[in-house]
Amino acid sequence: MTITTLDPSSSSAAARQMPSALTVISFLLVGLWLVIAAFPFLWTVWGSFKVQADFFSKADWTNALRGTNTIAETGSAFTLRGYEGAWVQEEFWRAALNSCIVVFFTVVISLTFGTLGGYALARSGKQYAFWLLMAALVFRAMPHITLVSGYLLPFFEWNVWGILPTTIIVLVAINQPFTLWMLHSFFLNIPKDMDESAMVDGCTRFQAFRHVIIPVMWPGVITTGLFSFLLAYNDFAVTSMLLSEKNETMIPAIASFLGTTQVEGNVMFAVAAVVSATAPLFVLIMFFQRQIVSGLTAGAVKG
Amino acid sequence: MKNRTFFWFILPTLSAMVLFIALPIVSVFIQSLHIEHEQVLVVSESCGPFGCEQTTEVDLEASAALREAQPLGRFNGFATYTNRAHLAFDEIAEAWRTTEDTGAFLRRVFDLPFYKALTFTLTYTAVVTPLVLVLGLAVAVGVNNLPKLLKGPTIFVSLLPFLVTPLVGSLILFWMVDGDGIIGATLQRLTGDPSLSLKASPTLTWIMLMTYGVWHTLPFSFIVFYAGLQTVPRDTLEAAKIDGASKWQSMRYVTVPHLVPLLTFVSLMLLMDNFRVFEPIVSFQSQAHATSLSWIIFNDLRESGNPLYGSAGATSMMTILGVVILLTPVLIRTWRDFNRKAH
Repeated sequence: MTITTLDPSSSSAAARQMPSALTVISFLLVGLWLVIAAFPFLWTVWGSFKVQADFFSKADWTNALRGTNTIAETGSAFTLRGYEGAWVQEEFWRAALNSCIVVFFTVVISLTFGTLGGYALARSGKQYAFWLLMAALVFRAMPHITLVSGYLLPFFEWNVWGILPTTIIVLVAINQPFTLWMLHSFFLNIPKDMDESAMVDGCTRFQAFRHVIIPVMWPGVITTGLFSFLLAYNDFAVTSMLLSEKNETMIPAIASFLGTTQVEGNVMFAVAAVVSATAPLFVLIMFFQRQIVSGLTAGAVKG
Repeated sequence: MKNRTFFWFILPTLSAMVLFIALPIVSVFIQSLHIEHEQVLVVSESCGPFGCEQTTEVDLEASAALREAQPLGRFNGFATYTNRAHLAFDEIAEAWRTTEDTGAFLRRVFDLPFYKALTFTLTYTAVVTPLVLVLGLAVAVGVNNLPKLLKGPTIFVSLLPFLVTPLVGSLILFWMVDGDGIIGATLQRLTGDPSLSLKASPTLTWIMLMTYGVWHTLPFSFIVFYAGLQTVPRDTLEAAKIDGASKWQSMRYVTVPHLVPLLTFVSLMLLMDNFRVFEPIVSFQSQAHATSLSWIIFNDLRESGNPLYGSAGATSMMTILGVVILLTPVLIRTWRDFNRKAH
């Protein structure tokens, strides 16, 4: 819309002037939001290659950009000291490895359980299916830490506290309500006729699921899998309470870093660990942006 | 689907949820009715030339044996729920009797750990949720007006704060607002107060935590509203324009009504997530000024060497009750929808 003549007495011209002002405001708002969203990450990634005196520089914040103290201490503007300290000295690789194991098994088991259950709920239509979904909604809303307080005592008694399999099973269970809801609404979108015609042709329900539904379900499963991944990867409440120090995953490891390294003046170890733990998420968003967006909106659009 | 087939399909997920969600709730409830054993005391008498003296000692061995035999502790009924660390009936009654005006009374109440956490949790939920809804919608409208080329990268950047691990995201902000960090140091310079610390003042701590909350959850409402904007009927917008509606008016009377169903969904999700606010309190180490229900449970369980299962259990039960109350309107509505569809 281009308006070249300005006539203050014409109300329609004034009305058509509005968009440009609105557009400018919305551009500014988006710009501001992008800075707020991205700056903390850029700042921390850049700063993780500096020494503490630069990253936490009271005197002059540009020190962190130019690395004045980093040059003075190490001879170069970039240093890997933080990363070396975290990964080698504090053995962060152990935590990374544990995270890989926990996340991998949690995602695989959650999806297996979730697809079977979600499919059944989508095709049932009985009252009890509805009540199961409602129960799942309440479970989904419960803070995870409330459940953890129920686990500790029995797990200590049975001597299964502190090991990875226990944590994996717990994360799978905590993940189920969400996985069920998501896959349930996804299976609702696959026409009933597909599996039912297979059953008319003589397949059992499971065969119909195996040969008709499984080949077409992957987009939904991948989207759900991404969120299962995020839940397991980002978890702090469960992993910090249920894992022994030796079996810690990355997030509780970072939390316990804070206690130990702050005292020894090695905050940069924690900064490096934080950047290392964020990097995989960055890659994930880069490759799966579209699936993540569709997953976030799935629940909303489909009811 | 036949009941039998349904059963086999649902069995794995159902058993996982029953064993690790439903039963733990029962276990939490039972725990909340018990309390840690008292130490076993032995009184021994030692007699010397100047008479006998009684000394009381803790019998460590017997205490350990007792804990071993009854790990739950001793039965305590609902006393844990009403003690000082939770609903604190006695303390409130006492405060009511001794304080002059409502302000002083409320201050006394908010000093009690449970009420302190409850106040923060509710305030956080009540402030962050509407802010995120409004700002998310504004950003979504803004992005919708962007040239196509810029939309993808914008969404990419926006997703970062939402998907980043909450503990890590809040740490990143915490380091920036540290007295020596970039934001903290800049604020000190701007206000000319070198001792200004965002961590030292309760008000600033609350503002900091809520800013984190908005930063962390805004992308969610933005993405959902943005997706909703793509489905606004073009014809209606055109018609509104022809009828002389300004952009603002068509936004107000066409777009926003179209987004209302999404609003319910987004606010439900936000309420659930904000109510369990936990990680930022750990990261910001703000327990002196702001705690949340989740955090006090965590803290009870963390009591090194001697976790307070009973206390954690009582808080957990009350938190779960809070979640159910929060969800009741949604549950009732879904129930009505379901019945309407069924008949």
